[in-house]
Amino acid sequence: MARRVTTQKKIVTTILAWFVGLLIFFPILWTFLTSFKTELQAISIPPVFLNFDWTLENYETIQSQSNYFHFMLNSIYLSLGSTALGLIVAIPAAWAMAFSPTKRTKDVLLWMLSTKMLPAVGVYIPIYLLFVRFGLLDSRLGLIVVLFLINLPIIVWMLYTYFKEIPGEILEAARMDGASLGKEITQVLAPMAVPGIASTILLNVILSWNEAFWSLNLTTSNAAPLTQFIASFSSPQGNFYAKLSAASMLAIAPILIVGWFSQKQLVRGLTFGAVK
Amino acid sequence: MGQIHLEKVRKAFGDVVIIPELDLQIEDGEFVVFVGPSGCGKSTLLRLIAGLEDVTSGKITIDGTDATELPPAKRGLAMVFQSYALYPHMSVRKNIAFPLKMANMDKAEIDRRVDYAAKTLNLDAYIDRRPGQLSGGQRQRVAIGRAIVREPKAFLFDEPLSNLDAALRVGMRLEISELHQRLKTTMIYVTHDQVEAMTMADKIVVLRAGNIEQVGSPLELYSSPRNLFVAGFIGSPRMNLINGAEAGKYKADTIGIRPEHLRLSTSEGRWTGTVKVSEHLGSDTFLHVESPVHEEPVTVRADGEFPVHSGDTVYLTPQEDKIHRFDGKGLALR
Repeated sequence: MARRVTTQKKIVTTILAWFVGLLIFFPILWTFLTSFKTELQAISIPPVFLNFDWTLENYETIQSQSNYFHFMLNSIYLSLGSTALGLIVAIPAAWAMAFSPTKRTKDVLLWMLSTKMLPAVGVYIPIYLLFVRFGLLDSRLGLIVVLFLINLPIIVWMLYTYFKEIPGEILEAARMDGASLGKEITQVLAPMAVPGIASTILLNVILSWNEAFWSLNLTTSNAAPLTQFIASFSSPQGNFYAKLSAASMLAIAPILIVGWFSQKQLVRGLTFGAVK
Repeated sequence: MGQIHLEKVRKAFGDVVIIPELDLQIEDGEFVVFVGPSGCGKSTLLRLIAGLEDVTSGKITIDGTDATELPPAKRGLAMVFQSYALYPHMSVRKNIAFPLKMANMDKAEIDRRVDYAAKTLNLDAYIDRRPGQLSGGQRQRVAIGRAIVREPKAFLFDEPLSNLDAALRVGMRLEISELHQRLKTTMIYVTHDQVEAMTMADKIVVLRAGNIEQVGSPLELYSSPRNLFVAGFIGSPRMNLINGAEAGKYKADTIGIRPEHLRLSTSEGRWTGTVKVSEHLGSDTFLHVESPVHEEPVTVRADGEFPVHSGDTVYLTPQEDKIHRFDGKGLALR
């Protein structure tokens, strides 16, 4: 029996959804508005909402004080690099677990995910020492490896859920047809899993882009991504909220745009497997 | 060539034994059907032959060479799956060409073979479509096409028709039989449908719980089932199995009589009964008759229309020479 949806119910749920949506979006909106205020208006009490003197001054100051593109380029390198590395490792891993499961497969998956439950700071000192030892501090390569490793469980888990949906018979057919292991994965499995792989890439790029703990602690200038760029504006002379907001907007803008245009993929990816 | 011999083949997943130990000889060019209820191990047996599962012990020989340890692709067999297992991202042409491409065959030869297969299976019109744009029957043909281009030693079919609707199933059944007559290649076909088994097979292998209950031609199984299981499984509607005093008269624990071997009359006969349900198909009439000889209703088939209905009294007379006798262990008495 289908559930009856009355107009009244629809209105209530719509209002509720908008309320929750705005609640989540509000900090970003506030940052956006603050970035166009003067420093004084930014900290004025009571706060001003829209009736202030809109100015681009903060953006100009930021551009003149630091090299935005240097940081953005690093963010791109880091997120794409760690994602590419992640896929190379995670596709075969997820393939093995999805199509040749053992009774321990679930445990392995859970164990991988459990590493995400550990606070990052818990392994900070050993990793820092390793970086010092191998001369990786403030290098893109070092940070790519760390970002790849911290996101690996999520990539494996996501791909695993996707691969689970692909009928194993198709891979068996490929095996009967004489496909080698490599061809089975590259010519049969991967093309069928394109939507899943795409949303995995997207999510992982976003996670790497926004990652702050490791990028703040393991880089200074050479390999510093946009998170470091924002942090550099929370200065020792006190917080300049308007400039900080402008820096934040610049840092999240690229990923926000990418995310906006691919939101369909992303939503499908995040809820995939939940409903058949 | 396509001679497949199984010797003492055993398959177990951990402690669960699927196939206890089994010997089977399949000769070149035979159409062999594995039939049995679900969970009887027939699909597992096929997958063992295909190489998709490893045998726990035993030996599989294909054309005289030991194939037990060979990977699926090296066995020279082609398989058609229940779900068709087509590559959804490839066109029909690419699907059919895939095994040839994997064998590094040259382009011209691939095209020649694909075109030939497409023509044979009436797929020319759909050659550039994706599987998603095809009907169930067309998909099945693509799957068969992908199997025949390889010119395999034997075809393996895993319940290929069970996803099709009834009308299409009858059509595809004929097409597969015709294909076998034309190619004369060994075919091994798995089904739970005894009608498919009876109509297509040269040789039927009846399986239960991983054991072979009987191997024989369709008519052998029909006319002389080796035990109660085969007797009940082969034939539609099922054979009536009667035990107790009536069976005692034949010096057996159970007697079996097929619905078509009971003579039906409204005036006289051996057994009296009351019609419980009557099914009038025009070509035949099936009656389910409650009779004192047996606690369950006895099924009877009459040719053409037999005008009785629920509640009417009828008389049944078994044809003496068509009665099957079974002992206490369920084995046929000859």
